[in-house]
Amino acid sequence: MDEVIRVEGLTKRFGDFTAVDQVSFTVQRGEVIGYLGPNGSGKTTTIRMLLGLLLPSEGKAWVLGYDIWRQSEAIRRQCGYMSQKFSLYHDLTVEENLRFYGGVYGVGEEIQIQATLERVGLAAQRQTMVSALATGWKQRLALAIAIVHRPQLLFLDEPTSGVDPTARRAFWDLIYELVHEGVTALVTTHYMDEAEYCGKVGVMRDGKLLALDTPEQLKKQVLRGLAYDLFATPLIEALSFLEASPLPLRVGLSGDHLRVILPKEVEPSCLLAELQQAGYGEARIEPVEASLEDVFLALSGK
Amino acid sequence: MCILESNLRPSTVLIQAIEITKRFGELCAVDQVSLTVNCGEIVGLVGADGAGKTTTLRLICGALKLDAGQIRIGGYDIQQQTEEARAQIGYLPQRFSLYEELTVMENIRFFAEARGVQREEWLPRCLDILKFVGLAAFTERLAGKLSGGMKQKLGLAAALVHSPKVLLLDEPTTGVDPVTRQDFWQLIIRLAAQEQTAILVSTPYMDEASRCHRIHFMREGKIFIEGTPANLKASLSGSILEVRGEPLPLLRQLALEEPGVLNAQRFGDRLHLRVIAGKSTEISAALQKRAKQAGGKITALHWVEAQLEDVFIALLEDERRGRSHSR
Repeated sequence: MDEVIRVEGLTKRFGDFTAVDQVSFTVQRGEVIGYLGPNGSGKTTTIRMLLGLLLPSEGKAWVLGYDIWRQSEAIRRQCGYMSQKFSLYHDLTVEENLRFYGGVYGVGEEIQIQATLERVGLAAQRQTMVSALATGWKQRLALAIAIVHRPQLLFLDEPTSGVDPTARRAFWDLIYELVHEGVTALVTTHYMDEAEYCGKVGVMRDGKLLALDTPEQLKKQVLRGLAYDLFATPLIEALSFLEASPLPLRVGLSGDHLRVILPKEVEPSCLLAELQQAGYGEARIEPVEASLEDVFLALSGK
Repeated sequence: MCILESNLRPSTVLIQAIEITKRFGELCAVDQVSLTVNCGEIVGLVGADGAGKTTTLRLICGALKLDAGQIRIGGYDIQQQTEEARAQIGYLPQRFSLYEELTVMENIRFFAEARGVQREEWLPRCLDILKFVGLAAFTERLAGKLSGGMKQKLGLAAALVHSPKVLLLDEPTTGVDPVTRQDFWQLIIRLAAQEQTAILVSTPYMDEASRCHRIHFMREGKIFIEGTPANLKASLSGSILEVRGEPLPLLRQLALEEPGVLNAQRFGDRLHLRVIAGKSTEISAALQKRAKQAGGKITALHWVEAQLEDVFIALLEDERRGRSHSR
């Protein structure tokens, strides 16, 4: 079975409010899917339905081949969940925390507890009190807890918030190792730093899944144009000028310059000529690679 | 007055920290940190939780006492001339408190009065500032009924109500979505460009750091590198190679075995290799060949611009190598 998740027209209403609106997608084994969207866009509600914690109002979904309507217990046994606000026992050691949670999942064998600690690189800290761990190590312990029962599917909610890039990369190396062994991961996040690590990215807004594809495809399909950094002074006046121009698809402030998306058929030199005519003699424009953030803003109508 | 349009005159330094240090018992939370922020400038303090960012901001706004060093805000010494220095500062802490049972207008009036804004001034000033942050239509709404992004904007309005020249923002967009973050940053950049406010902002995120004019990377209480995003990225120019193909774990393994490859990181459907500058052609050719022999396939291989994340990691690795050499 290579299809790990299949969702068809999944919908959840709370009273008048539609939290998840006709969402459909599939996830293959070994994929790392990023799920982006504002708070309240329906990300968590979707995951709660996939885990069988919440029944949909409409629609169908299968997780690891099990029907979410009828087989939620089987699903939960084979899924791991790491929440951004994971709760660890601060006055217990690393090992004791993992043993405790292992017990909750029915994992009692000490060999598996120790193997899990090895796998996330926490073997040397097994006797350390959780209260003494840095954020990056706590995140690894939270991951250990999520994988101690060897799940086939992992849900990760902003797993690396608040750590530096070194710790973030080390964490993602662990995820990729798991993925290499056939685990599938679904990551919800607000941060482009995290989304960049995903093979495919889905964008949710107002309960709808607006797009789900590889970052490369999203940049091509969604943006409908190319990205440029534009330098001009005074900056704010240049912004107002460009906002009034019909050429750009989007203009925004970005540090000491402007980020501009131009349709593919528009030569950047045309825009530059307009600016120079308007008195921005020193303006210059440089092509840059579009970011996932550009994609996100385009999808949000920005 | 400060002149930004012309580069002939030096800009005015509004925040100046000189070798500031703060210890909590054994822990040196901030260790001889020096930084300056000029008017109209946005400076990022970038690092993980626990790196010392928040302590640095608290020292700069005078909420914590220095163990050593000196801080000047608009020329006033924060320890000797605390009142004058603080009058220049707007501070948005990570967890700011709003009165949820008061309206937007009542909240902002409270902060205006607490900040000593005169009776005849507060109303026009509050209306101005609420308009600026985009809350003018919500003056009568209870703060408790605002969305996360709107609360953030009200927090910013409260920090700006006394027209400070210096703005300190402690992870202002942690936990908000990308659209709200984008809106928030449009405001910050406008403040710097139009009001010439000096802005110091802390963040653990590189996507946020890249919007600053200058960045200080912070780790274990120390600033270990600073520069403009462009200069920092340029320091790795010609040394990041992007590889697409499959299987990625195999390609990564092969890359790491290749002399001249310092680091290989996977990002979703691609690898970023950091290579010794000048070895590009060799490495590309060797990797193509070895991938083929090992049964893998490279579909694309080209140079990319370094990201701030690459810079952060490269600097840290170089520092570690340097340290182990000197041992």
